[in-house]
Amino acid sequence: MKIPIIILAITCFTIAFAQTKTKPVTQTDTYKRGKGVYTKVCLSCHMEDGGGVPRLNPPLIKTTYVSGDKKKLISIVLNGMTDRIPIDDEYYSNNMASHKDLSDQQIADVLTYIRNSFGNKASIVTIAEVKAVRAIR
Amino acid sequence: MNKILSFIVLMFVGIFSIAQNKPDAGLIIPKGFTAVKLVEGYGKVRHIAITKQGNIYVKLNKLYQGKGILYFKKDATQKYVLSNSFGNYKGTGIYIKDNYLYTSSDEEVFRYQLNDKGEVINSNAPEKIITGLPNKGEHESKSIVLDNNGNIYVNVGAYSNSCQEKDREKGSMGMKPCPILEEAGGIWQFKASGNNQTEESGTHYATGLRNVVGLDWNTQTNSLFVMQHGRDQLHDIFPDLYDTKQSAELPSECMYELHKGTNCGWPYIYYDHQVNKKIVAPEYGGDGKKSTDEYQNPSIAFPGHLAPNGLLFYTGNKFPSKYNNGAFIAFHGSWNRAPLPQEGYYIAFVPFVNGKPTGQWEVFANGFAGATKTPHGAAHRPCGLAQDAEGALYVTDDTNGAIFKIVYTGK
Repeated sequence: MKIPIIILAITCFTIAFAQTKTKPVTQTDTYKRGKGVYTKVCLSCHMEDGGGVPRLNPPLIKTTYVSGDKKKLISIVLNGMTDRIPIDDEYYSNNMASHKDLSDQQIADVLTYIRNSFGNKASIVTIAEVKAVRAIR
Repeated sequence: MNKILSFIVLMFVGIFSIAQNKPDAGLIIPKGFTAVKLVEGYGKVRHIAITKQGNIYVKLNKLYQGKGILYFKKDATQKYVLSNSFGNYKGTGIYIKDNYLYTSSDEEVFRYQLNDKGEVINSNAPEKIITGLPNKGEHESKSIVLDNNGNIYVNVGAYSNSCQEKDREKGSMGMKPCPILEEAGGIWQFKASGNNQTEESGTHYATGLRNVVGLDWNTQTNSLFVMQHGRDQLHDIFPDLYDTKQSAELPSECMYELHKGTNCGWPYIYYDHQVNKKIVAPEYGGDGKKSTDEYQNPSIAFPGHLAPNGLLFYTGNKFPSKYNNGAFIAFHGSWNRAPLPQEGYYIAFVPFVNGKPTGQWEVFANGFAGATKTPHGAAHRPCGLAQDAEGALYVTDDTNGAIFKIVYTGK
């Protein structure tokens, strides 16, 4: 009688453990796909390590533009950015083009990637969140 | 065995001590030259002007303790110390001619009278010689140079990459004609002694130049030479016409000799140094191959995206004779050459014979970036160039605010 109880206990523990310990974001498919989108679309300006180019293209590291409000971030990808806004007291002169030709999935993936790369740690971006911002006209 | 071991140990000691002492301030320069770092830590030091006395004025693109112009003066031990700072505006251009110091913000040009010690007489009251130049936050720096006839030349960069209807957007076509060229994307000429001159009252000297940062007056040819920053992102914008490697190497960074009315062709064409042709830009119907005979040919063309920020014709006679009348170019260094490694971050030299480049350019001084040749990883990025009355070469760095001096000792 004792043995089945132990087995039951082990089983329950394993299930509980598996449920609480979720996969790190960096090992998800969305992150991996996001890296692919980044390499193809974003890397040429924001650089491989997200460091950007002083005076020209802003860095994606340690900035609330990346790790803060998701709606604002999604909107920058969809609409581009031509405002001259100082980021950490620095101005960046190159215009960012609109990337509305990317799919909701691609935008969710790439933003999840940049929010969890280059030292950033922020929540993932879902397809539904991208869809919602795209719907605003 | 012992010999091999001690050789290896000695080699490591050697490498270590070289790294510690950093001869030539860490720069790699030709044999016979010596480099020193004069100052460091002043931020975005852009262009530079040297007085007859050998003291240094620099223009800052970010204010240092509230000031945009710094004056470094040699003390009794020949060490440069910050002796004065003034001007509450950021900018790039600075030039000395006939007892005046000329400086630019991103919208205006000023001049300050110098006394017989080469020092600004009244730093609070410059003459505003040019005003109202367009600044839309892209290619906004206004580089300046003077000729020997009382004229000043100012670059007004185009506030666009390639004059697309939507800047840098994939597939967006070019505006025809490009409206930006009316007030930017060229060089304007003004009177050096004028007052509150505008583009309308000045002369629209040359057009079809995307952005010029490095420029110099060639006293041999008595003409203006400029270095154009070529357009970006051929692949990003037209992925079907250009692969990433072509986009990394193209378009060429070009040197142009300008005269009144010269048109260098931006945004309609770009230069391809691999085939020596002016190629129709994809925004204007080009396919990467279609070429044209229209527009000015470059004097010499370099690989893409090296970002020439400084140009200086060497008029001294203290370097070996091959350098006489040749051009030094400060390449700030690339950002858009992925997937290839970034390039530039060095001073190049182009020999000139009878006022024409020989076509054989070489890297003159390298090693500014240090271990990481990327825009934000580089220790230094060369920007401005100047020569003193003794024939020494000066290089500024706008990443860590350093000034380097390179002299020829023959050793």
